[in-house]
Amino acid sequence: MITVHNLTKTYGENTVLNIDRLEIPKGQSFGLVGNNGAGKTTLFSLLLDLIQPSSGHIINKDVQVDQSEDWKPFTSAFIDETFLIGYLTPEEYFYFIGELRGRNKADVDALLSNFEDFFHDEILGQKKYLRDLSKGNQKKVGIVASFIGNPEVVILDEPFANLDPTTQIRLKGIIKDLAAKDGVTVLVSSHDLIHVTEVCERIVVLNKGEIVKDIHTSAETMKELEAFFAG
Amino acid sequence: MLKHFIGLQWKSFFRSATFKTEIWFKILMALGALYFIVVFLGMGVGAFFLIKEMEIGDPLRVVNQFMIYYLAFDLVFRYMLQKMPVTNIKPLLYLPISKSKVVNFSLGKTVISFFNLAHAFFFIPFSIVLLVEGYPPLQVVGWHLALMAIIYCNNFINVMVNNQNVVFYVIAALFIVAGASQYYQWFDITIYTGPIFDFFYDIPWTAIIPWLILIGLYYGAFAYFKKHMYLDGGLAKKQTEAKTENLEWLDRFGNLGTFLKNDIKLIKRNKRSRSAVIAGAFFIFYGLLFFTGALEVYDGPFWKIFAGIFVTGGFLFSFGQYVPSWDSSYYPLMMSQNIKYREYLSSKWYLVIIATIISTILATFYIYFGWEAYAAVLVGGIYNIGINSYLVLWGGAYVKTPIDLTSNKKAFGDKQAFNAKTLLLTLPKLVLPIGIYAIGHFLINPMAGYIFVAVFGLLGFVFKNKVFTMIEGIYKKEKYKTLLAYKQK
Repeated sequence: MITVHNLTKTYGENTVLNIDRLEIPKGQSFGLVGNNGAGKTTLFSLLLDLIQPSSGHIINKDVQVDQSEDWKPFTSAFIDETFLIGYLTPEEYFYFIGELRGRNKADVDALLSNFEDFFHDEILGQKKYLRDLSKGNQKKVGIVASFIGNPEVVILDEPFANLDPTTQIRLKGIIKDLAAKDGVTVLVSSHDLIHVTEVCERIVVLNKGEIVKDIHTSAETMKELEAFFAG
Repeated sequence: MLKHFIGLQWKSFFRSATFKTEIWFKILMALGALYFIVVFLGMGVGAFFLIKEMEIGDPLRVVNQFMIYYLAFDLVFRYMLQKMPVTNIKPLLYLPISKSKVVNFSLGKTVISFFNLAHAFFFIPFSIVLLVEGYPPLQVVGWHLALMAIIYCNNFINVMVNNQNVVFYVIAALFIVAGASQYYQWFDITIYTGPIFDFFYDIPWTAIIPWLILIGLYYGAFAYFKKHMYLDGGLAKKQTEAKTENLEWLDRFGNLGTFLKNDIKLIKRNKRSRSAVIAGAFFIFYGLLFFTGALEVYDGPFWKIFAGIFVTGGFLFSFGQYVPSWDSSYYPLMMSQNIKYREYLSSKWYLVIIATIISTILATFYIYFGWEAYAAVLVGGIYNIGINSYLVLWGGAYVKTPIDLTSNKKAFGDKQAFNAKTLLLTLPKLVLPIGIYAIGHFLINPMAGYIFVAVFGLLGFVFKNKVFTMIEGIYKKEKYKTLLAYKQK
């Protein structure tokens, strides 16, 4: 589904990302871990054409992302709060995304009804604009909005951060369900090793912009990761 | 302690993102400040002689008579522009500094604000002229001190009523009514307020009264702030109750409707965009200066076209100018969502067009000033739709300052308006139509001038697709730079 070719990103002298080759097959649930500054968000931003690669390119389902906009209809993401429109209510925001992705209100409502548990009565019908919601609740809105319109690629940057324990557990379930669906490729980054190993079939460790581990998740994965990060 | 506060203030000023702008923008800003200083100085020195020449009475009495309006304007200006001192208090709250000190410093800071000092440039020269003209020194000093205190009273009144929109609109409405009734000679408020200011002159020691009021207001503001210095009190962000709006009637426009819905909510729900649109609406009356012959300098034939462009282009200049910065806080979303650049741009274009058409219709009343005035408005509208609507979008590609929607500050004097490229683009917006008109005016007759401008505007309409492809290309090229710039708040 996604192929990365000789991708680098440098700022001045500083190379923040350098990936020779990375292939993510369709339907895989892909976890990205690494310390601060490892290049996780840089890679995701490159995938979404929010920054320009210094060299190389990314192909998302036959579309070179920095050349054409045709990857947009089947790709969705939640990176941070800049993906939210502060002056909309959560409902309006969901409908807005829905309309952009060719889903009418009924479709969106049907999808949202699956997330009642996840929202915990703190999102819908609250008479609040998104900018007035707490960080955690904003995140819930952004994550669920990225599921609207049956995207084939879903990119979530640090989805577990800022969420309460109950929501984290529910989110794991949601991501697993999503990945189990036919042909949905899920890309998740996290600082929390336990969460990623539980959710993802494959884990790639970035360190200083380079891939240092590429593991197919198994019972030993957690140990291996801990050993690596303990240094 | 004071040393620390001043140090922090110093750094926050010189390290702020806005300060690190292009050098010539700083020069422009300095020139702007200088301009105001000169205007005030000129007023201060000249007012006396001007009034004397008009022979409407003793200059000081006349000034006193209208002082109430001066003060009212001052209050309105402050309300709209003056920064509140509460910013940056949060990190100090839990530190071992007494709250009184923090509040005193914050309030004290407002004393040296430009909004107070600017008045000195009027009052000091005016008082000096009074003294030179032989008014009794003691009385002039009394009057001067009294008004100084009143200006500072305004300062603290503003601090206290800030963000109380209701209070503000009531006061503003009262003064508009007072001004209108004075103009139409129904009721003259100055008969009652003038003597108050005369009083300070006639009996100089009464100047102590405004000073006492000032001290009272200071303590009022002090107590108010101290009491509300909690995260869930005065420092809390205001939350308004949100209601979901459907605006379904826009659905028939498809994807375009989706964006228009969003833009309408953007304008309605954010302070900054709301004030831009309101400011734009006032442009409709700008033409009155030209067509009523109120100002002689504006009597030349080209000024009519100039007026026409402004009258119908209020929204275009106040809102359109800042596309796409309105969407700066969620620009990454717009760039990665299932949106084509062209759709995004054309939705903004339609918004500008619709607003321009509405302004043109509202401006129909200019027909009262003769066909020429109305023709100027009409062709101004056509030119705005046909040419200027593209130019603002084009200029927008180079505007890279994020807009903080929730705050009204910096709404004026924002550096983004003075970007080199956007500045260059204002030339064709204003100078070109005047030039085209001049050609017709001098070669044939005024009518031909108007027709030329209108034809030019219509031509722009014809080339819409071509122009859009070009603008889209520029936006795409600037995309990464824009995204980066919006990240740096």
